[in-house]
Formats: sequence, C-alpha cells, structure tokens
Amino acid sequence: MSKLYTGAEIVFKCMEDQKVEFIFGYPGGAVLPIYDELKNHDSIKHILARHEQGAGHSAEGYARSCGKPGVVLVTSGPGATNVVTALTDAYMDSIPLVCISGQVPTHLIGTDAFQECDTTGITRPCTKHNWLVKDVKDLAKIIHKAFEVATTGRPGPVLVDIPKDIQFQKAKYSNFKKQKKLNGKSNNRFSQKDIDKLVEMMGKAKQPIFYTGGGVINSGPKASEQLRELISITGFPITSTLQGLGSFPGDDNQFLGMLGMHGTYEANNAMHDCDLMINIGARFDDRITGKIDEFSPKSKKVHIDIDPSSINKNVKVDLPIVGDVSEVISLLIKTVKKHKPNFLKSNKENISKWWEQIGKWRSVNSLNFINSDKTIKPQFAIQRLYELTKNKDTFITTEVGQHQMWAAQHYKFDKPNRWMTSGGLGTMGYGLPAAVGVQIAHPDKLVVDIAGEASVLMTMQEMSTAVQYNLPIKIFILNNEYMGMVRQWQELLHEKNYSESYTAALPDFVKLAEAYGCVGIRAKTPDELDSKIQEMIDVKKPVIFDCLVDKEENCFPMIPSGKPHNQMLLGPNDQKENKITGKGKTLV
Amino acid sequence: MAKSKSAYSDPGKQGKPDTHIIVVWVDNEAGVLARVVGLFSGRGYNIESLAVAEVDPKRGISRITIVTTGTPQVIEQIKLQLGKLVPVHKVADFMRGDKKIIFKEMALLKLVGNTSKRNKALKVCKKFNPVVLDKTQKSVVLQITALRREIDTVMGDLKKFGLVSVSRTGAVAMTRGSEIFK
Repeated sequence: MSKLYTGAEIVFKCMEDQKVEFIFGYPGGAVLPIYDELKNHDSIKHILARHEQGAGHSAEGYARSCGKPGVVLVTSGPGATNVVTALTDAYMDSIPLVCISGQVPTHLIGTDAFQECDTTGITRPCTKHNWLVKDVKDLAKIIHKAFEVATTGRPGPVLVDIPKDIQFQKAKYSNFKKQKKLNGKSNNRFSQKDIDKLVEMMGKAKQPIFYTGGGVINSGPKASEQLRELISITGFPITSTLQGLGSFPGDDNQFLGMLGMHGTYEANNAMHDCDLMINIGARFDDRITGKIDEFSPKSKKVHIDIDPSSINKNVKVDLPIVGDVSEVISLLIKTVKKHKPNFLKSNKENISKWWEQIGKWRSVNSLNFINSDKTIKPQFAIQRLYELTKNKDTFITTEVGQHQMWAAQHYKFDKPNRWMTSGGLGTMGYGLPAAVGVQIAHPDKLVVDIAGEASVLMTMQEMSTAVQYNLPIKIFILNNEYMGMVRQWQELLHEKNYSESYTAALPDFVKLAEAYGCVGIRAKTPDELDSKIQEMIDVKKPVIFDCLVDKEENCFPMIPSGKPHNQMLLGPNDQKENKITGKGKTLV
Repeated sequence: MAKSKSAYSDPGKQGKPDTHIIVVWVDNEAGVLARVVGLFSGRGYNIESLAVAEVDPKRGISRITIVTTGTPQVIEQIKLQLGKLVPVHKVADFMRGDKKIIFKEMALLKLVGNTSKRNKALKVCKKFNPVVLDKTQKSVVLQITALRREIDTVMGDLKKFGLVSVSRTGAVAMTRGSEIFK
C-alpha cells in the first residue's frame, strides 16, 4: 500500500512539484498545520509579511519580475479578507497568483465560527477560479489545477480554501505530470488567413500604429524580442500602455512614449489620426481610450489578445486575432518576410508623410516642464534617478498617483519585467511590498519603489519585512505632502477646494527609516539631489529616500477623460490658451 | 444641465437591446450557480428568468437556461465571459424569435370557485396543454406549458375565474430537428 500523507504534507508536495521556491504569507489558527510542516521542506522559503495585503502584493511583484506564479499563504477570516485587495489587483492586471487560505474545520463551516468567513464567496469575483476543499483526496488535484488555471491563458489569481481538519487528514499522493491543455480550452484560435489579412492591411496603411500592452510582457521575454523585430521590419511607430512599458525600448526612435490619459502628445494624436491600429495585448481601457465615441474615428482596428472576452468589449474592432501574443507575432513576422521580404524599404514611401506628422507632434515636447534651481521638481527627480540608474539592470515599482505617471513618462525602460505598477485597480500601497517580492526574485539587482508619501504609508509596515530578510530595496518618495493626483483634480475641477487631500502630521521619514533599522536619506534642493541618489544606490541596506518636491506641480500632459485623444491639455507653457472650461471640466 | 464632476467619461451611444436565451452546460459542483449568477450581477447584466437542473448525472453536467436582455455587445460579452468560467463546458445563445428553437415555460395555477367558473378557466387554458393535477369541490390546480407572454395573458384572463396562486418556472429551450448544439 502506498504511503499516506496529511493534507499539510500534500500542500508542500504539490508546491515542490510545481517548483515553488518562495511563499509569501502570515500564519494564523486555521493554517497552523501547514506552517508546522514548513520545517520539513528546505527547497521552499517562507517570507513573513507584516500584513496579508503586503504578502499578496509581494507575491505580485515576485510574479511580475520573474514570470513565475506568486504563492500566498494566509489564515481564515481576516487573513483572507486582508488579501482580497491584492487578489483584485492581480485580477485586474493579469498576474498569476496562487493563494492558499486556511478555513475553519469542515463541521464548523456555516456556524459563524471564530475567524470564519465565506472566503470562496468573497473572492469569487476577484479570482479566475477558487475552490473549497471538502475532501483530502481532492486536495492534490485541486492545487495542481489551481497552478494551471493561474498560469494559462490570460494569467490571474486563484484561491484554494483548505479547512483545518482537511490539513490533518491523510490521503495518497501520486507524483504530478504536467498536462498541456486546460479543459480543452486552447488559447490560439487564429489561422494563417487572419495573419494574411493583417499583412494586407499593413501594406495598405498610410498612417499605421502599433499599440501594445501588458499582454506582450505576460507572453514571456521572447514576445518582447519578437515585438522588437516586428517593429524594425515594418518601420511603423509604436506606443505602449502603462503595463506594456519595457516590452519595447523606451529610448528607441520608433517609440512614441506611453499613450492614454497622461500619455505623450505624439502618441495620443497618432492614435487619434491613424488609419490602422494594431493592438497587441492591450484591452482598450477607459484611461486609454478617452471618449469612446470619438476614439480613433478613421482607423481600421486589429486586436491581438489571448482573452476572447477582451475583443469588442469596449471598442469594436475590424480584425480580431485571439491567441498568445508571442505565437501571433512569430507567425506575423514569418508571413511578412515570406510575402514582402523588402517590406521596410518598399513601404517607406507609403508612411513617410505619417512620420513627418509625428515629428511635428513630437516637437511640441509634451513631457517638458519648467525646472527650478530652488525646489526639486518631481519630474526632474525621476529624470536624475533614471540617469543615475540606467546603466544598472534596475527594477522599478510604484505606488499610485502623480509619481506613478511621472515615473511612466520619464523613466525609460528597455527590458520587460522591469516595471511593476498597479494599473487596473490603482492600488495605493502596492509599490513597497511589490519591491520586496521583486528583490526576493532578484537579490543582486537594484530595486526602487518610486513612491508618494501618502501611498507608501498605506503599507509602510512591510519595511520590517525588507529589514528582516536583508532586502536592500530603495523607497524613493516624492514627498509633496499632498495626495498629489487628488489635489491636481481638485485644482482643475473643484475650484481648488483641497478637501482632505493634504496630510498633516506626516512622519519624519528619515527617523522612521532609522526606527525600522534601515537608512533614511533626505534631499531638499536640486543641487544635492545627485549625490543623495548616489548615496542611496551605494548603501547595501533598505533605504527610505525622502525627496522633498514642489508641492503644487501638476502632471501633464493630460486628456481630460470624456475628451478624445486630440484634445489634450499640455503643461504650464501652454495652459493660458487651453484652459479646461465648461463641459470639459465635467468630464475629467 | 448640472455639472457632473466624474472621473469617468459619459456613456456613449448604446445599441438596441434584444431578448436572448443563453444556455450554459456546467459541471454540477458546489457554487457553480453562484459563479454564473454572480457574473451577471457583478457585470450589470440582467436575468429575466433562470432554469437549472442536472441533465447528465453520469458526467455530472447541469444545464442552465437564462433569459436575458441586452445590446448585441452585451450579449456577446455574456457569452465570452461565461465561456471563461472554469466549470463551464459550452455556451449557446438563441434569439427569442428564432424559429429553429423551441422555448417552453411551465406554470401551476390554483383556482378557487364553483364548477362553472372552473370549467370556464379550463377553456381559457385549452391551447396550452392544461393538466388537472389536483381537484376538490372548491378548487383545482392546473398545469400549463406555454411561452412567457402567453402565460402572462392566461394569468390576466383567469383573474375573474378565481385564480388565487401562480407558480412559474423559467424558460427552457431546445433546438428543433435532429441537430444538437455542440
């Protein structure tokens, strides 16, 4: 007779078979049998967070920076409810997470027992799928299925809820063999005909543009390489969403910068005026499209996405191609090379006027700002951070708000998986724990969380995690004492009524750093900025960098939402003639 | 118009809504109905009626029939979103007016009154295969099968003949002819 294992042992057997190296978690009553088993499994290291939300975001940072699923372990009740924000965040940004939660023993479910909650009920809308394990014999099958669902198709979070009695009960475990297909649901539903059609459209286009998103990153590093080849053999311009940054080099001449609400003038105008839009792995999010009825009115639209439900959800497209980005691009490149070996040269004439027009938009220099020699401008701080870190393989995470948009605008990425930001859910407090996860995956790399002082306070307790595991993350706070983006909208839309957006009684971040046992650095003036940033980079410990910036700087350019792409608001140089008035004001 | 200071854009043009019958084949496991119904409520789709029961006990497959109203874009999203759920095997979509499809709903009607009233009531129901399930000196329970609107009409007509209680199912659907939906 084969050996019997407890439920807790089976959890670890499964994780070993899935090659899990790190678990981010927090113990509690209903998961104690699993925590008890931890000591017997050397290949799996547990990272103790200080709050379950932190554990979840750390797992997200880990997953995004190394492409493997993040694993989270939490207890029942408050443990599970605390991780809901991270699960929802991962769901919105398509990050593979496997969350294992403890549950009260089976016979107590439904009795309002201590630390009981309906975990599968609460997490149903924020996971791809979840399971309540009712029989220890199903446990192994369910956990392996959970990894499969999290990592295949459009990735996302899953949750396995394991009652405490199941963790003690015994069952057989047979070693796991990886299967290829999920429930017969193949990801690729495109044919050569679709690709031929696309190549034909590309040949006819006079004003084409590639619009790429997080799907390219999720498809793996190979997809980013293929994308570079595709862009270079077509000569077309390319713009990227917030999540897609890094899949194409940010300093390449064909790159128009990020598009959307705070995207560049050239990217948004090109999106509006193009005659062929090729969307690769992006989802026509409302921060991207602005007013849907006037979104890119003249273009034929092609949408390449692994998730069929993304197609025609927000914007009607002319040619949908459902499939994995990497496989679609590779067939596309092959087809172009076969049918039009000299496409770049022969098509140059066709799109030369388009590039001329793009040059005109570019000359507006929409990311420009008025620098100062007295106060540090936040954009300047990010530019200096970029200049001083660009020669290292730097990983950047962010919180949510103005600093996030400035980071996206001014930090140029040239590799995928180097940029971790909460785009879909917009979770303040994401960046610090995410940096913890990134540093776990890449212990020797420079990891910087570009933060705002309001966001970072939401998960500040995770500094303690960073110190415990010697993770030299750098928390680069652009401190303007305001919830900057809230203040900006209040300035532009609510007659400067700064209702509750100023944080009085902020902590002294340098002292706070010292209290946590890490290093605090403060920069107050532009001329000391470089040396202070260098000091931050050189310290081999976690650092909280308190960068005191201009308190009233606004983030431009900006499309007031409800406006089409070609009605952007530019920076202070341009503002006098382009004020938001009347109806525009209602729509931001 | 009062200024709305929304962070989101105003709604754009909407298509014309139509009534569709969505049929979903799912694994008959705990919580599967909550997943399907939760998807409808979470994404703001509406459910007019719902019928669900296991149809293949051997494989553990249930068939859920949902009547819903939405613009073509919404109906398309409903189908695609349902298709993404892990326990869902296949999704079919029929227009209410589709001639190739049979739709039926069942209703139980309780009438209280004298014999003459009850006989008149039976006459009203004649077209809809009435079956007398229970009979006393004062009352009768009838079963009819018909379309939703027909049952609506019958209910109105029966009011004067002593209709005191109605219980109705959601619609179920099946294709005509030898073909089955794959």
